Amino acid sequence: MRDWNLQGRNRDARLARAASLVDGKRVAAANARALLEAVLEPGDRVCLEGNNQKQADFLARTLASVDPARVNGLHMVQSVLALPEHLDVFERGIASKLDFSFSGPQGARLARMVADGRIAVGAIHTYLELFGRYFVDLTPRISLVAAQAADAAGNLYTGPNTEDTPVIVEATAFKRGIVIAQVNELVDSVPRVDIPGGWVDFVIQSPTPHYIEPLFTRDPAQISEIQVLMAMMAIKGIYAEYGIQRLNHGIGFDTAAIELLLPTYAESLGLKGKICRHWALNPHPALIPAIEAGFVESVHSFGSELGMEAYIRARPDVFFTGSDGNMRSNRALSQAAGHYACDLFIGSTLQIDLAGNSSTATLGRIAGFGGAPNMGADARGRRHASPAWLKAGREARGDGGRMPRGQKLVVQMVETFREHMQPAFVDRLDAWDLAESAGMELPPVMIYGDDVTHILTEEGIANLLLCRTDEEREQAIRGVAGYTPVGRGRDRRMVENLRDRGIIRRAEDLGIDKRMATRDLLAARSVKDLVRASGGLYDPPKRFRNW
Amino acid sequence: MEILTYEYRGGRPVASPPPSVLVGVVGSGNLEVLVEPAPLGGLCRVEVQTAAVGFGATWQAVLDDVFARHPLADVRISINDVGATPAVVGLRLDQALDAFAGGAQP
Repeated sequence: MRDWNLQGRNRDARLARAASLVDGKRVAAANARALLEAVLEPGDRVCLEGNNQKQADFLARTLASVDPARVNGLHMVQSVLALPEHLDVFERGIASKLDFSFSGPQGARLARMVADGRIAVGAIHTYLELFGRYFVDLTPRISLVAAQAADAAGNLYTGPNTEDTPVIVEATAFKRGIVIAQVNELVDSVPRVDIPGGWVDFVIQSPTPHYIEPLFTRDPAQISEIQVLMAMMAIKGIYAEYGIQRLNHGIGFDTAAIELLLPTYAESLGLKGKICRHWALNPHPALIPAIEAGFVESVHSFGSELGMEAYIRARPDVFFTGSDGNMRSNRALSQAAGHYACDLFIGSTLQIDLAGNSSTATLGRIAGFGGAPNMGADARGRRHASPAWLKAGREARGDGGRMPRGQKLVVQMVETFREHMQPAFVDRLDAWDLAESAGMELPPVMIYGDDVTHILTEEGIANLLLCRTDEEREQAIRGVAGYTPVGRGRDRRMVENLRDRGIIRRAEDLGIDKRMATRDLLAARSVKDLVRASGGLYDPPKRFRNW
Repeated sequence: MEILTYEYRGGRPVASPPPSVLVGVVGSGNLEVLVEPAPLGGLCRVEVQTAAVGFGATWQAVLDDVFARHPLADVRISINDVGATPAVVGLRLDQALDAFAGGAQP
């Protein structure tokens, strides 16, 4: 007779081994390592919470300190490699295999360890893709998560940074895995229940509050006039042209400039109420002036942003907030919203090739993808129409009696040269060399060329939807690639022809007066201006205060 | 430090030019552009003083395009460059020459 509940029995055995360490669901921080050594088994699949914002940092340190003789060969599944401890577990032999999504700050060390054979990388995913696999073939046996507070029953309150916690806990708890939470405080009753106590096995009060990175704060003082010019082109040449109501912005100064031009330049074009009403976006401080000017109706967020808490509480009509008044973010749901319910994604990149493939991979760094590929891809499963989506579809498919279908607008916004005169346009992406050196099956491409609809540089906008051949596409890209070798390799006659047909549009073709492209056009020119625009509600982290 | 000079013919003089137009700042990654009327026998002369050595061909390409957009004569353009990208160079020159040909700055 087959035993159909091996996982449940194994779970019970693990809990029994930890029984002496537990008071109800509470475990003292001093016993955290003993707890992990009791419940972990060699080869376990372990999910360690941490995105680019909130980090289960105490549990990460604790995991890196367990005895590798007892706990080894773990298979780590996690959104982001951000902390040194995330790689220390591999260096100490505690873990051996990794499936992840993004590795920003640890990208160079990760590349070295992969090359040395110390880490076997399963795959680099998008967030949604990795979350999806948590419910299919990468279900965690143990999850280590972070929350603001817990009560005696194990109910968790995450505060504004709910982020990845619900999806991780759901995948673990309902497959008889074990959920361990680090919390900043133990309370009698939580302000709201973000994770029900029945899904949580152990709660540990961490010695220090979990770390949160203010990743989406961009100081307007660092926005250049080129970025102002490009933002003007985005607003007039794309947002107004397609009537973009629902969108997502990438991280970076290029898109922060757009946010800061809404109450000034977009307002002067009469676009209030016609563009940028609904957002899937972290609460960017740079969006405050546009919110205050009445441009923005709603914002759903992947995570929160340090310093924005009081402002968000005071604007519940705009943000998603709980009964306690604080934001409820959710990365998985906001990613789904960005993929299916937005008509436009716009973001920066590091390299674009002649087919429009776009990559942030550079040799010697494994950076990963995060959410950009889901935001920056046509949603092939989308079935609802909107004017922007239909217009893009018509441009791509023509009117020739084919089945009508729309397309998502995916805009790559780059200056032709990055810092140190590195060209953003290249014949061959570094991603090819990285794939070769790290033994990857695929070059890590962030956005595939056939999903990119527009490339926007200081030289103009290339509308790839209107290109009918590979040659036209290549010349459209060369035609906005400025004085990079790719740009100087253009066929001038063909580029002028593309310009006559409106496939390439320069600032002057859009009726933009370049003399207006100055920092005076920004609705806020400093962090202090943002604080002022918020009526004193925005409380920026210290590193952004210079007054 | 490198000094580069470029000359263009075939432009047209501005009817009543301002005494001079100055845009930009001398700061890292930026540049300063001074445009003045000058009796150069129909020439447009560009003098570049740049901190970045070895970009003569790029300057030539950028300035060829600028002259195609703004075919001016009897004008001296002095550039003090502190490592600006071609994007910044092009924008500054467009701003300066629009102001020069169109009168007062907005």
